Amino acid sequence: MRKRSLIPIFYIIFLMLPIYWLVTMSFKTTGEILSGFSLFPQTFTLDSYRTIFTDPTWYWGYINSIIYVSLNTVISIAVALPAAYAFSRYRFLGDKQLFFWLLTNRMAPAAVFALPFFQLYSSVGLFDTHLAVALAHCLFNIPLAVWILEGFMRGIPKELDETAYVDGYSFPRFFTTIFIPNIKAGVGVAAFFCFMFSWVEMLLAKTLTAVEAKPIAATMTRTASSAGYELGLLAAAGTLTIIPGAIVIYFVRNYIAKGFAMGRV
Amino acid sequence: MKTENQKAWFFVLPVLLLVAFNALIPILTVVNYSVQETFGNNVFFWQGLDWFEQILRSDRFHAALGRQFLFTFLILIIEVPLGIIVALSMPRKGFWVPVCLVLMALPMLIPWNVVGSMWNIFALPKIGMLGYFMNDVLGINYDMTQQPFSAWVTIIVMDVWHWTSLVVLLSYAGLVSIPDAYYQAAKIDGASPWKVFWYIQLPKMKTVLTIAILLRFMDSFNIYTEPFVLTGGGPGNSTTLLSIDLVKIALGQFDLGPAAAMSLIYFAITLLVSWLFYTLMTKDDPK
Repeated sequence: MRKRSLIPIFYIIFLMLPIYWLVTMSFKTTGEILSGFSLFPQTFTLDSYRTIFTDPTWYWGYINSIIYVSLNTVISIAVALPAAYAFSRYRFLGDKQLFFWLLTNRMAPAAVFALPFFQLYSSVGLFDTHLAVALAHCLFNIPLAVWILEGFMRGIPKELDETAYVDGYSFPRFFTTIFIPNIKAGVGVAAFFCFMFSWVEMLLAKTLTAVEAKPIAATMTRTASSAGYELGLLAAAGTLTIIPGAIVIYFVRNYIAKGFAMGRV
Repeated sequence: MKTENQKAWFFVLPVLLLVAFNALIPILTVVNYSVQETFGNNVFFWQGLDWFEQILRSDRFHAALGRQFLFTFLILIIEVPLGIIVALSMPRKGFWVPVCLVLMALPMLIPWNVVGSMWNIFALPKIGMLGYFMNDVLGINYDMTQQPFSAWVTIIVMDVWHWTSLVVLLSYAGLVSIPDAYYQAAKIDGASPWKVFWYIQLPKMKTVLTIAILLRFMDSFNIYTEPFVLTGGGPGNSTTLLSIDLVKIALGQFDLGPAAAMSLIYFAITLLVSWLFYTLMTKDDPK
């Protein structure tokens, strides 16, 4: 038994090494980083973080990202809930085809959509808004949310619906006061996934924005190319991008195993 | 059982409209470009299926497609078994379970461009931890900006680092759903650990493994940001995967026609292989 637990330990060490490296680098001066390898910062500095928190082009990158990610999560869950209910409870014309078509959008390479998205959102006047990115990310997040929620809803017996109707509940009241609380875990997990995939996706987010809604990734790319090698700053910015994900995952930690199975175990 | 109800369409309508707006209009734009030639100024000429023929015959496309399949193949044969092994050796309950799961999920929550630049710096000779370890501790000549082999090793290790946890978490969810009674029965029968794995654990993990393999296939086949930031497709073209090549043609050279044709071929291959995987993995399922 003891030998077996070494495998997850080694695996986690392997996962943590690059993250540790990034975090220590963010506390080093650029001079020290370039001068060679060291495991710990020799001269501990918070300069990189100070730059990020005082320069609006930096911290607005984070705020922009958080705005469109939250917006996307809300839109995706709001429209996916009734749809997942329909798929889990009813048969209707073209249901299987529709479900499959939704999932195919998860298979489309984002690179294929970059240019057409730019043209589409420019033509409807949404270019460089948070809404544009939030809507664009719906392409892959709505199918995923429908898929996850449908898995969780299937586990709720139909008798629950029928009892509620017998008790005189109207559909909207049943859905919001009885049904959704019953699949709380599913909603949490689906929201987590929407947040995660919208947060990590940067190709479309960068393509659809210029100044007003520029995500943190764009700021980082600019630093990487224009300021030469400001590695400390880049590392600090990178470290800060891990934090929102870490916070969100803390909330779903008890559902995480089942959650990743999308309700299908 | 599900009941027949055509009004259910109203429930799916918002999803349908939103996804159609995002999927159909861009796809039609791509189809439109793929059959035309332009010399700028929004003047287009009908081109028919010439671009498709040109792409399907070009060595450049074949090379990128070959690299893409090699990459995805390596990713699947490393990540799937590794993920299963880690999941099997994890504790089933106790304080450490959520800690392990959260730590394992962390790489997946890092923006993809950050993953790329993180590994880029991590692998720098002299400065980065990995580069230092390889060159100065192990004495292996390792430089991913110069050697195609090193570049490949780096993108593979990066992806294993980034996504193996998805397989772990899915397999683990399958494993914890197995009732204790199954294991007790196996113990009474004197089943070896291998037999327990083959006849109890693997069948119970099948649904979630299907999801894991499908997701890993789709995402590794469509990968763009991480290898682009890490190696930029180099050295030379050695790590130019399909998406990277596509963006080079579309935005680098602005050859919209060929890029659009290539997009459609690319998408069709992803769909076809996903469908094949799905059919193969679910063919024994009772309907």
